[in-house]
Amino acid sequence: MSEPVTGSRVLRVPALTRVEGEAALHLRIHDGTVTEARLDIYEPPRFFEAFLRGRAHTEPPDLTSRICGICPVAYQLSACRAVENACGAVVDGQLAALRRLLYCGEWIESQTLHIHLLHAPDFLGHDDMISMSRSHLAHVERGLRLKQSGNAIVELLGGRAIHPVNVRLGGFHRTPTRAELRPLAERLRTALDDAWDTVRWVAGFDFPDAECTADLLALAETGTYAIESGVPTVLPYGDEPPRSFPLRDFRDHVTEEQVPHSTALHSRLDGRRHLTGSLARYAVNGHLLSPLALAAAREAGLGDPPLRSAAPGAGRGEVCRNPYRSILVRAVEVLYAVEEALRIIAEYERPAHPHVEVPARAGAGHGATEAPRGLLYHHYALDGQGRITDACIVPPTAQNQGAIEEDLRRLVQGGLDRGEDSEAELTRLCERAVRNHDPCISCSAHFLDLKIERPFRQPWRVRC
Amino acid sequence: MSTPTTPQPPHRPRLGVFKFASCDGCQLTLLNCEDELIGIAGELEIAHFLEASSDIAPGPYDLALVEGSVSTPEHLERVRRIRADSRHLVTIGACATAGGVQALRNYADVEEYLATVYARPDYIETLATSTPISAHVPVDFELRGCPIDRGQLIEVITAFLAGRKPGIPNHAVCFACKRRGNVCVTVAHGTPCLGPVTHAGCGALCPTYGRGCYGCFGPAGTTNLPALLPILRRDGMGDDDIGRFLHTFNVTAFTAVAGQEPGTTEGEDPV
Repeated sequence: MSEPVTGSRVLRVPALTRVEGEAALHLRIHDGTVTEARLDIYEPPRFFEAFLRGRAHTEPPDLTSRICGICPVAYQLSACRAVENACGAVVDGQLAALRRLLYCGEWIESQTLHIHLLHAPDFLGHDDMISMSRSHLAHVERGLRLKQSGNAIVELLGGRAIHPVNVRLGGFHRTPTRAELRPLAERLRTALDDAWDTVRWVAGFDFPDAECTADLLALAETGTYAIESGVPTVLPYGDEPPRSFPLRDFRDHVTEEQVPHSTALHSRLDGRRHLTGSLARYAVNGHLLSPLALAAAREAGLGDPPLRSAAPGAGRGEVCRNPYRSILVRAVEVLYAVEEALRIIAEYERPAHPHVEVPARAGAGHGATEAPRGLLYHHYALDGQGRITDACIVPPTAQNQGAIEEDLRRLVQGGLDRGEDSEAELTRLCERAVRNHDPCISCSAHFLDLKIERPFRQPWRVRC
Repeated sequence: MSTPTTPQPPHRPRLGVFKFASCDGCQLTLLNCEDELIGIAGELEIAHFLEASSDIAPGPYDLALVEGSVSTPEHLERVRRIRADSRHLVTIGACATAGGVQALRNYADVEEYLATVYARPDYIETLATSTPISAHVPVDFELRGCPIDRGQLIEVITAFLAGRKPGIPNHAVCFACKRRGNVCVTVAHGTPCLGPVTHAGCGALCPTYGRGCYGCFGPAGTTNLPALLPILRRDGMGDDDIGRFLHTFNVTAFTAVAGQEPGTTEGEDPV
């Protein structure tokens, strides 16, 4: 923490709740201006990158899954892609489709959890889902039902919803039969209606004005909304054109630095703040959503996404940069994931083998997928016996931290300018600013110490 | 937490959900009980569950569910405070019951680990070991698994509400595997499987998917690990492979059963 300035006061507000992670928020306010906003993350170090060394090349999917119980599929599939890349193995056809189906399940359950249990209470003035269920029971029940349908996909394909057991290098231990997928399709047809209703529901929320000025980073894939693979693509803030770079160069562009008093490493993209996740995905790939999902986006008031390949003179569409409205994009992504899951099931033919062989060889590989919260990158180096000699994992929340801090600064400044000066008001603003980004700091006991340093106590202003 | 629509008993027991070093998966298991969640909230006052609610009430708690391992100086103090505040303390998951995957540090040089991950290790507060909750305070019940099983979690909560002991069997995965009608992956395919020495609870998931059990529920109540080692070797595992197989998500628990440190498969007598 910074040294207190003369006459400052330090305010403690316990518990940043309905997020993943333990954080201390440090605000310095001088003469009504926020001069510093810092989110310090205290995640007990668990040393994954260290103990991966010396393990077999087959182990990262199951081991790194344990980094996060909220998005284990993201870790498993990023790990698989990186090791397969190192070993020169390619997983395609129905096996790749099944991976996408599994990932759709995680998107549905994780995004739905955030929408209904973590984020919506902010818009409706509730502490939690249980209290929300008193006045919005149908919406809560629908959210739980939708979340269950996502879990049902992961459970069928993976064995269980958290740390599924069926994922392996090269594909799966066992692939389902067409008949086994049929009941899932029945369930997903109901989920499609629920997802539509969710979009309409969140479209009716009240969204404060806000703009996130970070560069947007998402994977891009030819002809489809990227989930389980893609090329890192940047949509800069301002008038610069979009740019891409090869995944193998990821660490040249996204650099991690350590800051004091935080166990999370902070990232920068080519020296600037950047944001990954729903807003970035919609900006980079929105034009590749299905017609149904695009119709839902329009109904939600999101506006047409920009066309990256737009001919000169064609409208660039609209980049949604309001972090409050990320809940709309999440709802649209859930609808898309349900629809995509139904499509994959309809087109499914059981492959001849549940996996392709991934023989170990010396080399290095890179893998990235779109976790619900954003781009998740893995890198492994292997020796000739297939032992891991180096591991690097860059999770989305480490990348988003700079953008979250900038959001905090802007939103608190806006609050101060409007005369929202009480600790309670500022804390609520801070919590909302953080929750907008659904951080998953996977993680530790959750609390937010709000420390506001001010040279003197500002008089309360009565608001009319 | 506020009152739901169902009629309330006059004094609902108070539930606290707490977290140490972990992945959040075990407390997420509670949120994955979609069909029971609103019912549970009717029977219990959810007084402290940060992931799910902004409404935080202080102790005492009638039932504390604790996830995660003790791995920082702050944890040492907080685990005692939670114990003092809780009438019944139940640990959930491999981190809380055996130190978790991060207990691999217990057999390594933590200074080197710090230097591997962090440029400035001096900024990081950590203990040299990751230990189960029971190493620090008395625990009333331990629910195993990485992650725990949803049905078993509901059983623990139901048993608490009924004032009885949870009906959680102590036997090995093989029992559940036979009951499920699986063909034995070891006998039929020569697939290395820890089912014979691993605690039941998952429903024999891995063998059901044609995979050998990898021990994520830790050792069963009684194990004969030395008897399994020759079978693992017969099926193509070297000592190194066996070491890694046993020393992953429940490294401290299997080490205790084997009576040996990771990386060795000598010393065949269980402790």
